[in-house]
Amino acid sequence: MSLNLKTSVLKVDQPLELKSGKVLKRYELAYETYGVLNNSRDNAVLICHALSGNQHAAGKYKDDDKPGWWDNMIGSGKPIDTDHLFVVSLNNLGGCHGSTGPKSINPETNKIYGSDFPIVTVEDWVNSQSKLMESLGIAKWKFVIGGSLGGMQAFQWTLQFPDKVEKCIIIAAAPKLTAQNIAFNEVARQAIMKDPNWHNGHYLEKNVIPNQGLALARMLGHITYLSDDSMKEKFGRDLQKQKLNFNFDVEFQIESYLRYQGEKFGNSFDANTYLLMTKSLDYFDPIKDFGSDLNTRLSKTCSKYLIISFTSDWRFPPSRSKEIMKLLIHNNKNVSYSEIDSSGGHDAFLMENEDYFEIMRNFISGDNNGV
Amino acid sequence: MGFRNDLELISSWIKPNSKVLDLGCGDGYLLKMLAEKKNIKGLGVDNDINKIKLALKKNVNVLQLDLDTGLETFNTQSFDYVVLAQSLQVVKNPDKLIKEMLNIGEEIIVSFPNMGHWRPRLQLFFKGMMPVTDALPFKWFSTPNIHLCTISDFVGFCEEHNLRISQRVIVNKNQKSNLLIKLFPNLFGEVATFRLR
Repeated sequence: MSLNLKTSVLKVDQPLELKSGKVLKRYELAYETYGVLNNSRDNAVLICHALSGNQHAAGKYKDDDKPGWWDNMIGSGKPIDTDHLFVVSLNNLGGCHGSTGPKSINPETNKIYGSDFPIVTVEDWVNSQSKLMESLGIAKWKFVIGGSLGGMQAFQWTLQFPDKVEKCIIIAAAPKLTAQNIAFNEVARQAIMKDPNWHNGHYLEKNVIPNQGLALARMLGHITYLSDDSMKEKFGRDLQKQKLNFNFDVEFQIESYLRYQGEKFGNSFDANTYLLMTKSLDYFDPIKDFGSDLNTRLSKTCSKYLIISFTSDWRFPPSRSKEIMKLLIHNNKNVSYSEIDSSGGHDAFLMENEDYFEIMRNFISGDNNGV
Repeated sequence: MGFRNDLELISSWIKPNSKVLDLGCGDGYLLKMLAEKKNIKGLGVDNDINKIKLALKKNVNVLQLDLDTGLETFNTQSFDYVVLAQSLQVVKNPDKLIKEMLNIGEEIIVSFPNMGHWRPRLQLFFKGMMPVTDALPFKWFSTPNIHLCTISDFVGFCEEHNLRISQRVIVNKNQKSNLLIKLFPNLFGEVATFRLR
């Protein structure tokens, strides 16, 4: 069944109070949907994207050479089966793919927001996503799912709207970032803010982009998304040309790969959005945020959880997923956990893997009466 | 599944509406049965991803963890029952595991194949080779069963560690008892199931 791709935009006129204390008076959310919402409106699922994701999760537009970022997972007959489910995928607030973000016009100044766009958090995203839910006439998600930063949103959903999520699938995530995670984010931010085209975040007004800095940030990110083994498998020490040249040009294939990925990203993604996404990762800490209220929140949630980690993920390794698992077990929640054997590193959550997909299928298709 | 009839027995010992942790839960058969018959709240643990898949399909909550290291996950006295059905022999430290189980659960239920049964004894005596039976079908080099014991071994272990045995059922592979088993359990019993506190 074809997905009938189109991007829709929800305009929200109600102000959104952000965690930072700032207020967005109105905003837009770009989203795609796949499949059909049934008459009882109970087959809707929400896809939450990670750091550099967007609303285009599945299917392929006519002129695109690549399908959406989670096309192996979402579609007809795939684990998130669009023959049965109504799949909602949006671009998060602060993004650069159609939702209101740093590239949008600030209605108060009639200029591009740039770095004046307020920092939004996972909590703010979930609040804005709930507006999309309302507008689509959905009372309860059949499940909310995401990997990495997307998994954090899925988890947050069950805390913020305990009665609106039937199942929650948290993949390759963590309950909060470690100092090392934050350190990587900080180096990425510094790379962007040290670019001569940065202009304090108002680069678009000057008709330039800090693409060099953003490329560096992406290269660094990419290293943390892969594993030592997957790099070895993919590139080894293979050379671009047959011999060493004794200069600083690209010699090894891994160098060429990183430069290519960096360059592509530097020219297509927005640097302010990247900064904002890394900040929202750094700030995520629901256990601290909710404090003593966390157990009350968890006691209210009716969600059934599936937590998935990957053996070679060193950005958010299995031990981090187990922290979420333990928290849920100690709060008497219905929780399942699987650790997938994969050499794919953090990016494994985006890759096809028989075990991973079967775990997903079986959890999704099981009925809701938890044992 | 003749040898898994021990699960019926275990099920009969569990009170309705209780909280059950099943270690080495396999495909989740016991927890599924208990949820349907006794409305228990169950959680399974297994380290085999193929078993995890089957349990998820049955809609059983299940954690892919190693029994040798994964039990730190659970709080003291957080379950009414902790079950270890036919998995005692596969763990690295059975003594540590049983202590951890007693810490997590109010009551623990352990079942295991009896190495003291006459058939493995005869195999070892006459053939001079490690026993291979219906219950323990693996050769010595490929067996996951690294800590086999006899009923007498287990009773001795319980006495040594001051564990109170509240009930024991010893049966043959058809889950039946008979006069010989009653007279000489360690010689004629094939599967032993113990309730401990």
